[in-house]
Amino acid sequence: MKIDNSRAKQLRLDFPILNSNKNGKPIIYLDNGATTQKPQQVINAISAFYETQNANIHRGLYKLSQEATEAYEQAHAFTEKFINANPHEVIFTSGTTDSINMLAFTLPEITNGKNIVLTEMEHHANLVPWQQLAKRNSMKLKFIPIKDDFTLDYAAAEQLITEDTAIVSIVHTSNVLGTQNDAKRICALAKDNNAISIIDAAQSIPHSKIDVKRIDCDFLAFSGHKMCGPTGTGGLYGKHDLLEELPPYKTGGDMIRSVSKENAEWNDLPMKFEAGTPNIAGAIGLSEAITYLENIGMENIEAWEKQLLKYALEKTQEVGAITTFNPGVEKSAGILSFNIAGIHSHDLASLLDDDNICIRAGHHCAMPLMTKLGIPGTARASFYVYNTTEDIDALITGIKHTKQVFAKGIPK
Amino acid sequence: MSNIEETLSEEMYREHILDLYKSPHNFGDLEGATHKHKGFNPLCGDEITVQLIIKDGKVQAVKFKGQGCAINIASSSLLTDEIKGKTTQAIMEMKTPDVLDLMKIPISSVRFKCALLGLETLQKAVQGSEPDGNA
Ligand SMILES: Cc1ncc(COP(=O)(O)O)c(C=O)c1O
Repeated sequence: MKIDNSRAKQLRLDFPILNSNKNGKPIIYLDNGATTQKPQQVINAISAFYETQNANIHRGLYKLSQEATEAYEQAHAFTEKFINANPHEVIFTSGTTDSINMLAFTLPEITNGKNIVLTEMEHHANLVPWQQLAKRNSMKLKFIPIKDDFTLDYAAAEQLITEDTAIVSIVHTSNVLGTQNDAKRICALAKDNNAISIIDAAQSIPHSKIDVKRIDCDFLAFSGHKMCGPTGTGGLYGKHDLLEELPPYKTGGDMIRSVSKENAEWNDLPMKFEAGTPNIAGAIGLSEAITYLENIGMENIEAWEKQLLKYALEKTQEVGAITTFNPGVEKSAGILSFNIAGIHSHDLASLLDDDNICIRAGHHCAMPLMTKLGIPGTARASFYVYNTTEDIDALITGIKHTKQVFAKGIPK
Repeated sequence: MSNIEETLSEEMYREHILDLYKSPHNFGDLEGATHKHKGFNPLCGDEITVQLIIKDGKVQAVKFKGQGCAINIASSSLLTDEIKGKTTQAIMEMKTPDVLDLMKIPISSVRFKCALLGLETLQKAVQGSEPDGNA
């Protein structure tokens, strides 16, 4: 079913926070890029696990442990199917940051090459781990530039990705600009040069259909909390052969097949990479979130968010004196960064908060991008399935009010 | 349950604060500065640089520059007004309530960092720490 305002309002009923009040006013949540709210279905799945199935996995010979193990393994299977991966190609991690760090510490064992290619629009999560690797291994970072229209310069990418490139890691959807990058094209460039390709899908997986076979990436990292799932969940997809080759990042219990005093033999995928007791309840919550999103339909979610973006772009245009940092509806997910002339984004966010309108203000963990844009930060509204054009109307009213306050100042 | 105060943020945006934001005092570069520091608010990426001329343990002149929100710019304006002629010791003894007294507005807890960046940067400059980066 296509999403419109009435369907979005119906979906919103599933989210307890969005039906609650703070200081007597409803919450208008437009910070979905930071994290999304959780539907009752996910909250219930987590409680139900603790109430009826809780036991450690892969250990107990009793029924409870077997049930927990099955639920956990089913969560893996759901996640793999969700992104069209083969069985055992998804490792559960605590999120995108964890997934990328794991790669930054283990990939050097199976790659050679001197360069790491990123883009100028990376989140610090897909930048700092590579900076550290570059320092440890005397490698060099290169950045695919951004054009004036806030899209990647693919011609430059072709020059930057060469036989000397070991790793290409790019953000799929920019958390600041909304830009949806052509991951397939960049991964093909990496493949042509025998480089490993990695996609930071933190902002794309919650909002659009991801098919790892179509993208043909080697690895793909994501966070559960940005897609209706619990915090502390997420994953790393990797092609089977690469995951077999890659050494484990963490070692300990659960990830071994056999251990002697001197040596250990690694367990099968994905356990090899999931040392210790994993976030079992979290994985079950994540899998419920996936079911929830699939029932709505990823295509429907993407289409609705683009409609909201279109509306927001038009409305901000009407207000005037607003600069937007967005490549336009065709090339962007439902994320809109903007600045109002003469008003700092922090001041705007504080004044909007008086009406429980939640937006993000600042550098959005993308300081090099801010430097490139020549600004200290932006205000950012980011949408999800449960947002409506009325939420955007409330934002616009709040922006107009802020402009009035700044024009006059409230009297002493 | 929650102890997040219910004071409206709007209470912060008094005329005197916005006047200082639009026309800050002591803003710009200081020629012949003896002390200088560049401070960052890692939460939002704001930065300000404070420059001083200190002679015989007293502030002869002070200027600040940078990009910041209204709260940051207004507090830095008021603070730089306040410390002219003061001893470095008096400056080092200044604390959060001194800044809040100068501002005469209720600051919500999430904005404390903004209000205090000026004082933090000033105290580091007085202590003589090297400017961070390309100040
Ligand atoms: C593009 C992008 N990459 C990575 C991350 C990091 O995600 P997490 O904090 O869940 O590890 C984020 C989250 O803000 C993001 O937007």
